[in-house]
Amino acid sequence: MDSGQLFNITTIAYFAAMVLFFAYIATKNKTVALIATLSSLAGFLIQTTALGLRWYESYQILGADGRAPLTNLYESVVFFAWSILLIYLLMDWKYKHRTIGAFVLPIALFSMLWAQMSLHASIDPLVPALQSNWLTYHVITCFLGYAGFAVAFGVSIMYLLKIGKEEKHQGDEPMGGILGMFPSTRVLDDMNYKAIMIGFPLLTLGIVTGAAWAYYAWGTYWSWDPKETWSLIVWFLYAAFLHARFTRGWVGRRAAWLSVFGFAATLFCYLGVNLVLSGLHSYGSG
Amino acid sequence: MTAKKKSLTDSTWDFLCSLKLAIITVLLLALTSIIGTIILQNGAPADYIREYGQANYELFKKLQFIDMYHSTWFIALLALFSVNLICCSIKNFPRVWKFVREPALVASAGIFKGSANRAEFSCKGSKEQVAELVATVLKKEFTKTILTEQDDKLYLFAQKGIYSRFGAYITHLSILIIMAGAVIGNVWGYKAFVNIVEGSSIDQVRSRNGTGPIDLGFTVRCDDFDVSYYPNSNRPKDYNSDLVILENGQEVLRKRIEVNDPLTYKGIKFYQSSYGSAGNAFFKIRATEKATGKVIDIKAHQGRHAQLPGGYSFAITNFTENDRNFGPAMQLHVNTPDDKHGAPFIVWQNHPELDLKRDGVFSFALLGFEQPQYTGLQVAKDPGVNIVWAGCFLIVFGSLTAFFFSHKRIWVCLEDNGKKTKVLIAGNAHRNQPGFSLAFDDLLQKIEATAKNESPKKEG
Ligand code: HEM
Repeated sequence: MDSGQLFNITTIAYFAAMVLFFAYIATKNKTVALIATLSSLAGFLIQTTALGLRWYESYQILGADGRAPLTNLYESVVFFAWSILLIYLLMDWKYKHRTIGAFVLPIALFSMLWAQMSLHASIDPLVPALQSNWLTYHVITCFLGYAGFAVAFGVSIMYLLKIGKEEKHQGDEPMGGILGMFPSTRVLDDMNYKAIMIGFPLLTLGIVTGAAWAYYAWGTYWSWDPKETWSLIVWFLYAAFLHARFTRGWVGRRAAWLSVFGFAATLFCYLGVNLVLSGLHSYGSG
Repeated sequence: MTAKKKSLTDSTWDFLCSLKLAIITVLLLALTSIIGTIILQNGAPADYIREYGQANYELFKKLQFIDMYHSTWFIALLALFSVNLICCSIKNFPRVWKFVREPALVASAGIFKGSANRAEFSCKGSKEQVAELVATVLKKEFTKTILTEQDDKLYLFAQKGIYSRFGAYITHLSILIIMAGAVIGNVWGYKAFVNIVEGSSIDQVRSRNGTGPIDLGFTVRCDDFDVSYYPNSNRPKDYNSDLVILENGQEVLRKRIEVNDPLTYKGIKFYQSSYGSAGNAFFKIRATEKATGKVIDIKAHQGRHAQLPGGYSFAITNFTENDRNFGPAMQLHVNTPDDKHGAPFIVWQNHPELDLKRDGVFSFALLGFEQPQYTGLQVAKDPGVNIVWAGCFLIVFGSLTAFFFSHKRIWVCLEDNGKKTKVLIAGNAHRNQPGFSLAFDDLLQKIEATAKNESPKKEG
C-alpha cells in the first residue's frame, strides 16, 4: 500500500461523505448524518496516515533528504483538503450542525480530485531555498488559515441560500424543505464569524513565518512579491470583515458576501498568483 | 468663530478616530496593492514600453506604478492607516482602562435589567449568610468576589479575563511596531550584493538600488565555494561558501554559509544566493625534473605556455574529462630553451606512473582541474528587524487574546425581604455570549441550590 492508494481511498471517503450529507438534507435521517460524519472522519484519518506515509516514503526515495510532504503543488493541494477536514471536524464536534458538511466537503473533495487527477505526485528533492523548517511552519499555518476561510465560505453560501428564501417566507411556522434543514441564519452567521476567527490568527502566523523564512533565505522579510502581497490583501480583507462586523453591524448578508470575496481572494493568493501571475514562489508550475 | 473652529478640529479628530475610515483605508490598501502584483515592479523602461506602449509607460511613471509600494500615494495611505490606528486607540483605550481601574463593583439597576443573563430568587437566611454562601460557590466555580455594602444592600462582584480587553490594543500596537521596525530598517539599513571569487576578498558591497558602493568597514574573504548536486541530476542540493571575516588583517570569524543559513557580523548578514564561474579554468600540474628529482607545482591554463626550469616551457593543448574510461587526460608538449616544439603526449590524471617511462627532461602529473568560481552573496543590514519580530510575536499573541478569551463579569445583589433574602444575579461576557450563557446557567443552578441549602440537582 503506498500513499497514493491511501489518498485515493481518502477521496472516495470524502465523496461518500458528501453524497451522504446531501442524502441527509433530503431525507432528514439522523443515521445518515452520523454515517456521513463518520465517513468524513474515516477519510480524514486515512489521509493523516497517508500524509505520514508519504513523509516516510520521501526518506526511502531521497535518503537523508526526505522532507515533510508540503513542498509542491500536489502536496499542498492535498494538505489543503486535510486542513479543511481538520477545521470542519473540530467545528462539527463543537457545534454539531451536520448539514454544513454538505457545503464544506465538496471543497475538500474537489481539491483531492484535482490533485489525484492532474498534478504531479512525484517526490522530488528540494532546491536549497526550500530546505528550511520555516517553510514547514509557514505552509502548515497558512493552510490551516485558508481552511478556516474555506469553512466560512461554505457556511456563507448556506446563509445566502437560506436568507433569500427566509425573507420571502411568510408566517411563523419554521421553513420546510431542504432549507429548513439548514441551521438558522443566526447560527450560520455566527459560524461564519467563528471560522474566520480561527482562520485569521492562523493566517497572521502564516504571514509571519513566511517572512521569517524569506529572511533566512534571502535577507528580506518582506519584498512585495505577488504572493506576499496577495496574502496581505487577504489579511486586509478579513481584518476589514472583523471591524465591519463588530462596529458597523455588518452581519448577515454583507458579512456572508465579504466572506465569499475573502475566500475568492484566498484562492487567488494560493493558486492564481502561481498560475496567473509570476513570482518567487516555486510551486505552481507543477 | 471659536465654536466653529473647535468643531472643525473635533470633526477632524472624529474622522481620524473613526472605524469607517479604518475600513475604507484597509480596503483601499487591499485594492491598490493588487496593482503592483499585476504590473511588473522596478523593471527596465523597455519592459514596460514593449508590454504597454510608450503612452501607458508615461502614465505609469506619473502614477508611480513602476515602484508602487514605495510611491508617495501608497506611503501616504499607510501613514493615514497608522494615524487612524493611533487616534482610534487613544480615543478608546481610556474606556478599557476604566474597566481595570474602576470595576463596576456595585451593579446598577440597568445591569440587572439589561443583561442577557440574569436571574432572581429568594431564599432563607440573612443577606450576610446568603452572601457568604454565594461567594463560596463563585470562588469555587468562577473566581473570587468583592463584597460591597451600599444602601442597605450587599453587592458581590467577580470578573475573569479582563486582560482579553487588551487583545485588540496589543494587536493594533504590534502593527505600529512592525511598521516602525520596517521604517528603521529602510532608513538605517541597506540591501546589497557582492560576488567574491574563491580565494579573494572584498571590503565593499554594491547597493541593490544602485546608489553606489557601500564600505563594510571590514574585509570578507571567500576561501572556498562548493556546490553539490542530487545524484543523477543537475538539481543543486546545496551550495556553500567558506567565509572569513578579517579586521585589520586579523581573522575574527569564520563560517561555512549555505542557503538558509547566513553569516552575521556586526549586524550585517551575508546570504548565500548565487554562484558562477569566474575566469578561466586552470590545471594543477606537477612537473619533475628527472635529472635532479626536483619537483615544481604549476597552475597552467590551456593553450598558454608555462615556464619550466632551465628555459624550458610547456603548453596544454587539449583536455578531456574522460579518455576512453581512463579518466581525465590532457595533451601537452614541451618546448626546448631554443623554442623548438616537442612532440605532443598524453598524461592521464589517474595514471601518473605512465609518464615516468616517457623520454624527456621532465615528467608530468595532472593533479587536478579547477574552474574558479565566485560566490554570489546578498548582503543586508537591517537594524529594525528585531523590532519587526517583536511586533510579529505580539500580533499573534494579541489576536489570539482578542479572539479566544473574553472578559466575563458576574454581579450579585442581596436584599433583605422580610425573613428571606432576595437575590439578583446578572452576568455578561464581552464575546462568545452563547458559550457564556451555558456556563452562566450552570453556575446559577449551583448558586441557587447552595443558597437554598439543597444539593445540586442531578442532570439528565
Ligand atoms: C489591518 C489592520 C488591523 C488589524 C489586524 C486589527 C485587528 C483587530 C482585532 C484582532 C481586534 C479585536 C477584534 C474583536 O474584538 O472582535 C480589533 C478591534 C478593534 N479595532 Fe482593529 N485592527 C486593524 C486595524 C484597525 C484600525 C486601522 C482601526 C482604526 C480605527 C481599528 C480599530 C479597532 C477598534 C476600535 C476595535 C475594538 C476595540 C475594542 O474592543 O475595544 N482597527 N482590531
